[in-house]
Amino acid sequence: MTWLSDSALERLRAAAEAPDLGGTRYQLVSKLGQGGMGGVFQVEDQILERQVALKVLSIADPEGTLSARLLQEARIIARLEHPGIVPVHDAGVLPDGRPYYTMKLIQGQRLDAHVVSVTTLTDRLRLFLRICDPVAFAHAHGVLHRDLKPSNVMVGPFGEVLVMDWGLSKLLHDPQRHEKASVAGDNPLMEAPADRTAHGTVLGTPGYMAPEQAEANALIDQRADIYSLGAILQFLLAGAAPFPRALDAIRKQAMSISPGSRYQTVLQLAADIQHFLDGAAVSAYPEGPLTRIWRWVGRNRAWILLLLVYIVVRALLIFFRPR
Amino acid sequence: MVDSIKASPDPQQFPATRWSLIEAARSPDAAQRQRALETLISAYWRPVYKYIRLHWNKDNEEAKDLTQDFFARLLEKHLLDRFDPSRARLRTYLRVCVDGLVMNSDKAAQRQKRGGDIAFLPLDFESAEGELRQLPIASPTGPEEFFAQEFARSLFGLAIDRLRRECEAKGKALHFQLLELYDIDEGGKQLTYEEAGRRFGIKATDVTNYLAFARREFRRIVLEELRSMTASDEEFRREAQMLLGVKLA
Repeated sequence: MTWLSDSALERLRAAAEAPDLGGTRYQLVSKLGQGGMGGVFQVEDQILERQVALKVLSIADPEGTLSARLLQEARIIARLEHPGIVPVHDAGVLPDGRPYYTMKLIQGQRLDAHVVSVTTLTDRLRLFLRICDPVAFAHAHGVLHRDLKPSNVMVGPFGEVLVMDWGLSKLLHDPQRHEKASVAGDNPLMEAPADRTAHGTVLGTPGYMAPEQAEANALIDQRADIYSLGAILQFLLAGAAPFPRALDAIRKQAMSISPGSRYQTVLQLAADIQHFLDGAAVSAYPEGPLTRIWRWVGRNRAWILLLLVYIVVRALLIFFRPR
Repeated sequence: MVDSIKASPDPQQFPATRWSLIEAARSPDAAQRQRALETLISAYWRPVYKYIRLHWNKDNEEAKDLTQDFFARLLEKHLLDRFDPSRARLRTYLRVCVDGLVMNSDKAAQRQKRGGDIAFLPLDFESAEGELRQLPIASPTGPEEFFAQEFARSLFGLAIDRLRRECEAKGKALHFQLLELYDIDEGGKQLTYEEAGRRFGIKATDVTNYLAFARREFRRIVLEELRSMTASDEEFRREAQMLLGVKLA
């Protein structure tokens, strides 16, 4: 029997796992990571001479369901043209039969690693708002992410924020779906059902997943993503505690057990964060008169200081005026 | 360039479900059982021998005896009949059986008695001993990790042998040679595809295509062998992830 060294074993493991790019425009550079159903590789597009990321299915898929999901993921991302969502370049099937798509290669840090370099509360909240942007955009286009968490957010070298891994995403409504399905015919890879959790499979990440996502066959909507955003906010605020009550109220409302008690849109959540940053009242935190006065004082510190200086100067002038 | 969408993944990508080996090893048909056990032994005897040598710190001769004894018991006592795939993976079950055997190995007389009744398997212990000398010095892995790594080495070695035979039978010996150059031999990775092409008298694009073919076939063979040596879908998935890093549904 052929003797294999440890390094040969590792090379064979990598070779067996790597996508077969023979006959394609791509050449393998390295492996970037492993997701729930697919591996992500850095490849070189030899025609355009640029590095891109290639996601390929690495799960046996005898019924073609996962292939359809990967293709659906590519199509969903392709329709979401937003600076906070990584653009898809190409999709297809590799010579080894595995479906794939290529996308822009993002050179950056995951949010869970990047956050340590963001030290102030204000900067963390501004970062959070940049995460809310693409999610709100996706919701406006009828797309739920369903797996929002720090490891699915990338922060680029110029501070750009991208929401990644739309593998569990779901179309809330797809007016073109009927037409597409009829064009696809019996081809399961062309078919892109709106809901891939039809069999009651629980999809998501514990800790960031809305409670209703854990219930088999439960109907979920954009408020599930709002719960996850609340969990990301909680992650960003960890270590900054004790943080202001108003901010905690925002987090609590975003993470309410009942979807009806949460913010109903991402824009509402983002607006409350922005109001907090501006020193204005937030909808999640009803204020008493004293709190309102104190916040007003805090927001108008400079004017109040100037007024006080003016009063003191006037008083001094009156007191020392020659009689 | 790939510019078309196929209906579904290549059915050859992953082997079809079949539990022939484990089922056959439990078969009442003695000939069928014997064939299945021989296949199982071919994948496991080296990991078992090396595990006894290194983990149990037994000398060469004692490890040989215990290895023979273990597989004799596997045949004689129908140990596989007691294997419950819902409780453990086959690899772990076999290792625990080895542990039990070695712990009771002081009863040398009993072993001698059993050995007298059972035909010894023609196992090439000298080559296994030679392989042991090539292992890195005392790695800090636990028994499960060591046994898993040696099982992977054995399974991949068998898969490479089968790939060589299949490539030669199909007139694709060059495809195998390229895999050998890039993935098995040390230093092969330093060759560019152009240099390898010049060495074998083919174009660089052919090098990548031939290599992709051989790797794809290697993957198929490993998964086929693994499928036959596992007892449940769940175990197959976990073992495939451990061996190849791939997740299988």
